[in-house]
Amino acid sequence: MNRGGITTIGGIFTALVLITGILLTGYAGMNAIDAVFGFHMYLMAAAAILGLLALFVGRPYRGDLGKYNYGVVKAFVIATIFWGVAGFIVGDYIAWELAFPFLNWDLPWTNFGRLRPLHTSAVIFAFGGNILLGSSFYVVQRTNHTRLAGNVAPWFVFWGYNLFIALAGTGYLLGVTQGREYAEPEWYVDIWLTLVWVVYLLVFMGTLMKRRVSHIYVANWFYLAFIITIAVLHLVNNMAVPVSAFGLKSYSLQAGVQDAMTQWWYGHNAVGFFLTAAFLAMMYYFVPKRAERPVYSYRLSIIHFWSLIFLYMWAGPHHLHYTALPDWTQSLGMTFSIILWMPSWGGMINGLMTLSGAWDKLRTDPVLRMLVVSIAFYGMSTFEGPMMAIKAVNALSHYTDWTVGHVHSGAMGWVGMVSFGVIYCLVPWLWGKERLYSMSLVSWHFWLSTVGILLYITSMWVSGILQGLMWRAYDSYGFLEYSFVETVEAMHPFYVIRALGGLFFVIGSLIMVYNVIMTVRVAPREESYSNAVLAPAE
Amino acid sequence: MSYEDVASLSGTIGLALFMSMFFVVLVYALWPRNKAKFDKAARAPLDEE
Repeated sequence: MNRGGITTIGGIFTALVLITGILLTGYAGMNAIDAVFGFHMYLMAAAAILGLLALFVGRPYRGDLGKYNYGVVKAFVIATIFWGVAGFIVGDYIAWELAFPFLNWDLPWTNFGRLRPLHTSAVIFAFGGNILLGSSFYVVQRTNHTRLAGNVAPWFVFWGYNLFIALAGTGYLLGVTQGREYAEPEWYVDIWLTLVWVVYLLVFMGTLMKRRVSHIYVANWFYLAFIITIAVLHLVNNMAVPVSAFGLKSYSLQAGVQDAMTQWWYGHNAVGFFLTAAFLAMMYYFVPKRAERPVYSYRLSIIHFWSLIFLYMWAGPHHLHYTALPDWTQSLGMTFSIILWMPSWGGMINGLMTLSGAWDKLRTDPVLRMLVVSIAFYGMSTFEGPMMAIKAVNALSHYTDWTVGHVHSGAMGWVGMVSFGVIYCLVPWLWGKERLYSMSLVSWHFWLSTVGILLYITSMWVSGILQGLMWRAYDSYGFLEYSFVETVEAMHPFYVIRALGGLFFVIGSLIMVYNVIMTVRVAPREESYSNAVLAPAE
Repeated sequence: MSYEDVASLSGTIGLALFMSMFFVVLVYALWPRNKAKFDKAARAPLDEE
């Protein structure tokens, strides 16, 4: 049995990487030309020293030693909940800041411009990323009937990924950004993420390669497409030239409209592969599992998979309608966005119909209700998205709050709700509990979130369309009817409603924290729970 | 070869390529002999030990 730690080849290799890292970051830190760059280099060096210590003196974590490696999955679940609550609170805070601007306190660190990327990265990459990585490590083991590949590597992925988040988040607060949507961290953080991501790919592929079943279950296809595509997107979008090896600033390799197109090719596929494909992987495992029904149509899942991943790649230009982007490129983006209706709804139907014969469970199981409502939000936002990609609609919706509402119906309704459902599934399964501490608290979380999301998106629909109409209103002399500040004033009530909706969502997530802690601490153990090692150790 | 020629040629090739790839996927997914395999795979989350 593997002991983990320094005794394995992976351990020795990790130690060498960490020592190299300490030398490199220590040297860069000493020669830093920016204070924040120096801080980040020393932070990385400190993390590497801690990693080395863990390798040499740490003992393998008990949770790692079962038939399946659950230890690292548990860590990912805890990180998901932690970052989720942090990201929701920051999000709601900036929602109040937009309604009452004095809340930025005239300080640089609490300015909307810095807190907004903190919020988006915290919810997408920290909350979403941790549940994706964690659930992928769970699903790939369970559906392939084999242990996770490697002992040190999965933990390297966990700590490495969360270090990336810490570097990104502290960087935003201290004013470091390369100004690319959803890819704000500077070049050195990008290099670090690349390394972590390659190890993630190797762990996932390594587990698939030693599978004990012949067919690779469709959820793993979605996860693999996510891992590979995010690697490609990250590398191409972050091609940049640093001004100095010892400083923060870098310049993109591309310029002008090519740069903008690359950025939105990345941006839309971050939505397509990070926030869609990978969460669909979760849907394809956890919905059948929870409903105790087979996937409605496996054939449809195959068609869903291939058409989704081929079509998403081309939809990015709809973010650049009526810009310097060539007209044919805009039409291409619009056309592919509309075709995307098909696979999106095919997947939604496949997820929902998996409940056929088990619809009564929605009455008794609030966790399943969360999963199903998340699929309903998925259907709704993937209907709204292609509609907004139509150039005539986009002329009204672009740059308005409608876009913000659309993003949040996808992010809170689909990504958030499906993640909550998966957390509620995973916590008892991982910690060997018979059930959750309280199902009525899950119900409270469900209703608070649902009402919060509805307040959010309905207020943003009204606000966005109002804003769009006011911008394009002309008086009888052909002058613009409203000044910009008048549109801002008109949006104020909707900003307050939106912030209230966000508050509902935050309170729901705090209830989840309490429920999860109590489940781990006091919920009864499951009698038949077994993750025992079949072969004796040694 | 003018810009217009390149644009229309790449559009045509793209259309043919994508439609044929989609057709291959359809054939694979709907091939009768694969049905038993897929029905078993649909139960994969439930058939764990």
